[in-house]
Amino acid sequence: MALIHDFALQGVQMLLALVLSPLLTGFVRKVKARLLRRQGASVLQPYRDLLRLLRKDVVLAQNASWLFRVIPYIVFAATWVAASLVPTFRSGLMFSWSADLIAIIALLGSARFFLALAGLDIGTGFGGIGSSREMMIASLAEPAMMMIMFTLALIAGSTQLSTMASFMNSSAVGLRVSLGLCLIALIIIAIAENARIPVDNPATHLELTMVHEAMVLEYSGRHLALIEFSAALKLLLYISLIACLFIPWGIAPADASPQPLLVGIATYVAKLTVLGALLAIFETVIAKMRVFRVPEFLGAALMLALLATLLRFVSRTF
Amino acid sequence: MTVIYALYGIAALLLLAPVVALLGGLPRISDILYGSVLVVAAALCAFGLNGLLLPAQSSTVVLPLGLPWLGAHFHVDALSSFFIVVVNLGGVTASLFALGYGRHESEPRRVLPFYPAYLAGMNLVLLANDAFSFLVSWEFMSLTSWALVIAHHREPGTLRAGYVYLLMAGFGTLALLLAFGLLAGPAGHYDFDSMHNAHLTVGLAALVLVLALIGTGSKAGLVPLHVWLPLAHPAAPSHVSGLMSGVMTKVAIYGFIRIVFDLLGTPDWWWSLPILGLGGITATLGVLYALMQNDLKRVLAYSTIENIGIIFAALGLALAFKAEDMPTAAALAFTAGLFHVFNHSLFKSLLFFGAGAVLTTTNTRDIEQLGGLIHRMPQTALAFLIGCAAISALPPFNGFVSEWLVFQAILQSPQVASWGLKLIVPAVGALLALSAALAATCFVRAFGISFLGRARTAAASNAEEVDVSSLAAMYVLAALCLMAGTIPGLFIDTLAPISHALVGSMMPHQTGLEWLTIVPIAESRSSYNGLLVFVFVTLSGSIGAFAIHRLASDRLRRGPAWDCGYPDASPATQYTASGFAQPIRRVFGASIFQARETSVMPGPGSIAPATLAVSLRDPIWDSIFTPVASFVSFIADRLNILQFLTIRRYLSLVMAALVLLLLMLAIWP
Repeated sequence: MALIHDFALQGVQMLLALVLSPLLTGFVRKVKARLLRRQGASVLQPYRDLLRLLRKDVVLAQNASWLFRVIPYIVFAATWVAASLVPTFRSGLMFSWSADLIAIIALLGSARFFLALAGLDIGTGFGGIGSSREMMIASLAEPAMMMIMFTLALIAGSTQLSTMASFMNSSAVGLRVSLGLCLIALIIIAIAENARIPVDNPATHLELTMVHEAMVLEYSGRHLALIEFSAALKLLLYISLIACLFIPWGIAPADASPQPLLVGIATYVAKLTVLGALLAIFETVIAKMRVFRVPEFLGAALMLALLATLLRFVSRTF
Repeated sequence: MTVIYALYGIAALLLLAPVVALLGGLPRISDILYGSVLVVAAALCAFGLNGLLLPAQSSTVVLPLGLPWLGAHFHVDALSSFFIVVVNLGGVTASLFALGYGRHESEPRRVLPFYPAYLAGMNLVLLANDAFSFLVSWEFMSLTSWALVIAHHREPGTLRAGYVYLLMAGFGTLALLLAFGLLAGPAGHYDFDSMHNAHLTVGLAALVLVLALIGTGSKAGLVPLHVWLPLAHPAAPSHVSGLMSGVMTKVAIYGFIRIVFDLLGTPDWWWSLPILGLGGITATLGVLYALMQNDLKRVLAYSTIENIGIIFAALGLALAFKAEDMPTAAALAFTAGLFHVFNHSLFKSLLFFGAGAVLTTTNTRDIEQLGGLIHRMPQTALAFLIGCAAISALPPFNGFVSEWLVFQAILQSPQVASWGLKLIVPAVGALLALSAALAATCFVRAFGISFLGRARTAAASNAEEVDVSSLAAMYVLAALCLMAGTIPGLFIDTLAPISHALVGSMMPHQTGLEWLTIVPIAESRSSYNGLLVFVFVTLSGSIGAFAIHRLASDRLRRGPAWDCGYPDASPATQYTASGFAQPIRRVFGASIFQARETSVMPGPGSIAPATLAVSLRDPIWDSIFTPVASFVSFIADRLNILQFLTIRRYLSLVMAALVLLLLMLAIWP
């Protein structure tokens, strides 16, 4: 019985990620549109886009290899699994111990590795430029993410996200300099990894500065749907990660009865709304950077995270 | 099983060498040779596994060879058993690969006799139990591999590679000779068993550590002693490159562990500082070099340097924890290092075999001449892709597990007491994280430019799939990569006796845990389950694919590439390898390699092509090797007069030297 219960909760988490992620994307777009005094599409528009794309034929380039056709499924699966391992409404989910934060970062790394290969598969200039720049951004963002993970793991004494979230929810954590540095670094990384302004622009398709969209330019139909879905899942994942580490209130403990679970889901949705709105405001007030200023932006995140780790190494109180 | 059986196997390999040299002209001699080496290596591999799984049966044998008062001591324990498995697993797969690949060999008589001898040399190093046989086997291994490096001596650059390799190998052996001399002490106890009991003073121990680091580091490819490696490894035939990169560097690691962890006794905390620092720098510089290369085998050779850096960093951590009396953490770091030794030997051999397969069919190692090979060689492409994913530390493959263990070990280190370690460990952690991310970039580039896209030359568009035995060798290694990544607990448990013997403790037993999870310290701290991650990703991917194909759409049309409406028919408009590395070159290369780009744009109306030239400088060559070389030639010029002296002057020089030495002996306390 307990096993079925645990399974069901894990399933709820996976479905919740799947259901909420397009909504979050739609919500961010809507807020951005309203800030620009446009009406904007409905928040349900991403679902409609996905369904439409899924029903369409795939038009595949003549020299596309088998790898190109498999990659959307790999990317989707890796991102989905990673997203369902981040605690959202309840900590200590059934399979949360199967992968810790390092493994989640690495799963996202796998997704990116294969997506970058897809960009090179057709042999076009756009695909290559996208892959090359995506990997450059990743080479700086991933170590910064690892350093953030180091700091958090040293504070919480664990690399398990569930344990980290419970620790952050307890009174033992307090205000720390290193946590503040980590938060700033994590926000920078989240922006870069999700191809948001000022690093990349998710709304354009014809700009030489684009990164992510250039890589997936040759995808169409159900393949494109999966890639877009993965992008939405990744945005949800990063926002959930920030939420569960830095605003962990409301996450139900491992042995919770139904009522705290409902509270957990409600607070989770509220957190997504607030953070999504903040993202939209941030994107609206800032301008896109030149691509070669991105390394400085990410280097700042790397240095902040390294500083936070060093602080943790030299003193337990920071 | 006693060590004598292993010696029989090595003797068989040594016998094969002259036999093949004599019968070199026979048809199908290469099949016979590689077949017999395969059998012998498989037997040796079984011997090593036996020694690893039943570690109580360590045994010693003294043969009446070598120095008359010493004899040749051979000994097998858990550590040497593990490395015997690594070496001979490499030997088995390389021989299997060479069964097909060796038929295309242009100069079989320069390769065949040295191949079994080289394998025998590596095995002898692992079994040697006294300094003399260790050094002789070490030098034998270097010389046979040197002969294999210069097998294709007519290709440009090969002889220079061989020359640099020979110099560096000699230099390394010299350092080891001095290290062993110090360990043996004034009484000259050259067998390892007496060296255990030698208690060196702090200064001497530090000197031995530095010499061991130079001697084994120069063979393993530790920066700044790595310069020969990217020249020599690619020059050899590909199955030998696989052995040199995947296996021989591990023999050097074995030498390092043997001297520093076993013979040198109880460590001080500061011993780990140079090892950690060099490890971190080696990892990052290695992969940055790899990103700048266009030669596929050279990319792999530089990536070997990166992985050696990771292994040394893990060993440095283990040494620090051992010195700080943190046995659990020491066992974790040590096991992580050894597991990475095993993993790297798997995927590096796999990748070199893949590069060899590409080289046989296209006759080029330049990735800018390749492209689209996935269509022509789908089997090789899949195996090579698995190797790339494994070396880029992507779950669920094995590279990720060992790097994960290294990171877990780093997370144990705030508890160390000494401030030096507290400051250097996070920096090393950052360098390792950076090198892991850059490795992924490097292998997206290596695989993407050579196997994906469109064929850039006729050689690439006419490529053919390689033969069955080469493919079998690659798939055996790929399967092992997946296996070590999904059920790592099995492999970690096998390493336990070694860490018990050398750092005094072992990681908790892993295979008994439910779902085959690995838990390095405690489940509340960290756990990872490669199998579940693999199953989850496969399941959710397949369920997604099934659902979409059944419920939504499974139709597919082929059309021209979209490319924003401007597809270009010429494959030259694809991204090149240099172009792919350009952002990284701008971010990191400008300071490290002093990368300069000069572009020449013809004026309006001119039909001359625009050109872009990139210049890179190698900081290690420029700052260390060139000054040393010019200093040596300066001295040589000055000392040249000594060549033209009369016999009287030579005699007086000898006399003066003798007097000087006697004086020194007299003054010496």
